[in-house]
Amino acid sequence: MAEIKILAEKCTGCKKCISACPFSAITVEDKKARILSNCTFCGACVSACPFGAILLEREAREADLSSYRGVWIFAEQRNGEIMPITYELLEIGRKLADALGVELSALLFGNGLRKKAEVMLNYELDKIYLVEHPLLAYYRTGPYTRAMVDLIRQKRPEVILMGATSTGRDLAPRVATRLKTGLTADCTGLEIEKGTRNLIQTRPALGGNIMASIISPRHRPQMATVRPRVMKKARPSGNRRGEIIEVKLDFTQEDKMVEVVKFIKEEREIEDLQEAEIIVSGGRGLGKAENFSLIRKLARLLGGAVGASRAVVDAGWIPSYHQVGQTGKTVQPKLYIACGISGAIQHQVGMRNSEIIVAINKDPNAPIFDIATYGIVQDLHKFLPVLIEKLEDEKRR
Amino acid sequence: MHIIVCIKQVPDTEELSKVRINSRTNTLVREGIKSIINPFDENAIEEALRIKERHGGKVTVLSMGPPQAEEALRRALAMGADKAILLSDRSFAGSDTLATSYTLAMGIRKIGEFDLVLLGKQAIDGDTAQVGPGLAEWLNLPQITYVRRIELSSSKIKAERSLEDSFEIVETNLPALLTVTKEINTPRYPSLRGLLKAKKEKITVWTSKDLALDKERIGLDGSPTQVVKIFTPESPKRGKILTGEIPEIADKLISEMKKRKII
Repeated sequence: MAEIKILAEKCTGCKKCISACPFSAITVEDKKARILSNCTFCGACVSACPFGAILLEREAREADLSSYRGVWIFAEQRNGEIMPITYELLEIGRKLADALGVELSALLFGNGLRKKAEVMLNYELDKIYLVEHPLLAYYRTGPYTRAMVDLIRQKRPEVILMGATSTGRDLAPRVATRLKTGLTADCTGLEIEKGTRNLIQTRPALGGNIMASIISPRHRPQMATVRPRVMKKARPSGNRRGEIIEVKLDFTQEDKMVEVVKFIKEEREIEDLQEAEIIVSGGRGLGKAENFSLIRKLARLLGGAVGASRAVVDAGWIPSYHQVGQTGKTVQPKLYIACGISGAIQHQVGMRNSEIIVAINKDPNAPIFDIATYGIVQDLHKFLPVLIEKLEDEKRR
Repeated sequence: MHIIVCIKQVPDTEELSKVRINSRTNTLVREGIKSIINPFDENAIEEALRIKERHGGKVTVLSMGPPQAEEALRRALAMGADKAILLSDRSFAGSDTLATSYTLAMGIRKIGEFDLVLLGKQAIDGDTAQVGPGLAEWLNLPQITYVRRIELSSSKIKAERSLEDSFEIVETNLPALLTVTKEINTPRYPSLRGLLKAKKEKITVWTSKDLALDKERIGLDGSPTQVVKIFTPESPKRGKILTGEIPEIADKLISEMKKRKII
């Protein structure tokens, strides 16, 4: 890693470096320049300084990759509860760590989480780095980036996995950019290349029409966000061999750039979608927004949640948090009923791992039938009312 | 108020499935495919225009891409943006999100003073959502991603940020960088007058010579990630089509569900 230093005895606080810096990465405090964490080591300040007070040592082109060892996962928590993605990361993280023959560690940031960490030791992992601070209680980009970057610089892991969630996708690119390392988004497949120790990261692109495998051969750590509900969840092994390592970090005002004013939980029906065992989804075949009442009715009857295709979300028939697919949510229910959804690849990517897929569409050539467990080539406006009636009869029995 | 909107030209949503892999060269064949402004970036342009209409100021659109990305910038001008800048150079080719966010950051540095940087939450071709936060890091700006509502005062911005099953209201000082979702607004269509005016407008093009770039941070050299393989996802197996009259099909389906203990 490159290093930049201010020689305090030579610095006069003239601020010439500040105007030369393209990244606002220098401040002057007490008449001495100070380099901030977003410095890119570009060297603009070095040549601008009239006193030779800035010293820059560039990293060698090929960093010493072998000094990086171990697999880390970021254990996501919200309001003190461990998020489900954490267990998916523990499972795939364990596999990668075993393939590399190294330790699996989890990072847990928050405030008052010692008990949660104790419970997490029931899973097959070696270390939990627990960082507790009031500023970490709730996710904020600044302090979380600071904490993660500091730990990575100290411990040098070779692989870091995070969830491709609203938190992970906010945090991971900020961390990767500060470290100038490689990051692959929203991976659905991860494995280790024997010999090189490269992480082969596979992900869908172009709306799921194409899969790409990506490596970061010259950089460590190799960072990836992992699409939720694609990997299996780890189960507690009962074999407690890991340890909790508490790490103390200090934060500056500069780390706290964004203030969280309020956290608001949305209505019940949204919350259900990703955890639901049954999902009934509607697409353009519904004809108009009002016809979503059919979908809601069937969903309620089955105790399921309501999903939607991108076409109807774009048309404004239903809010986007119902959207299933590449740019929406990935779901994996026991039963997925697709009504009037043609099943473009971008939709399939979000639901094809469902245990049973029922497709109702009047077009026999709709691609949704390619992945349906049960295909029903019928007009949904005729079929659904009959199905609903029969299910109501079943219930009454 | 000076707002910079970073946009990307992408293949049209409906055409994404027509992109093919050339199996000999292992590269993407995008020829003959219609291009548009990334839809989420259109929401960012719209939001910038609304802020300008309410608070005054100007809107600059910035893009990095091949010369034909000018077309996307021209459409942004037609919508009402004041100035368009294209960062285009052969040496930018092959940039991953780290190199792209660096190059955009250097473009913004050259533009100078600004209050707000807006982007769409992600591009529909790559779907990474990494350039926004990366850019915020290079510029040392506070970031708010997945924004669905903005409230602006002279020096502060308050935003609703969408989470999986909830949202949060967050606040930060300007300048700041935000990425927006499609809930935030409905982008306007350019007026005929706007289209005609944009046709004649000059688009500023900056090459690597115009920017104080570190050569090791741009293009392929500046990109830690490398694509080693692209392939078409395996086609899944076809299931069973239930046939008969409607009530009969409904009965079959219900009995299958019962067999599998779902109902």
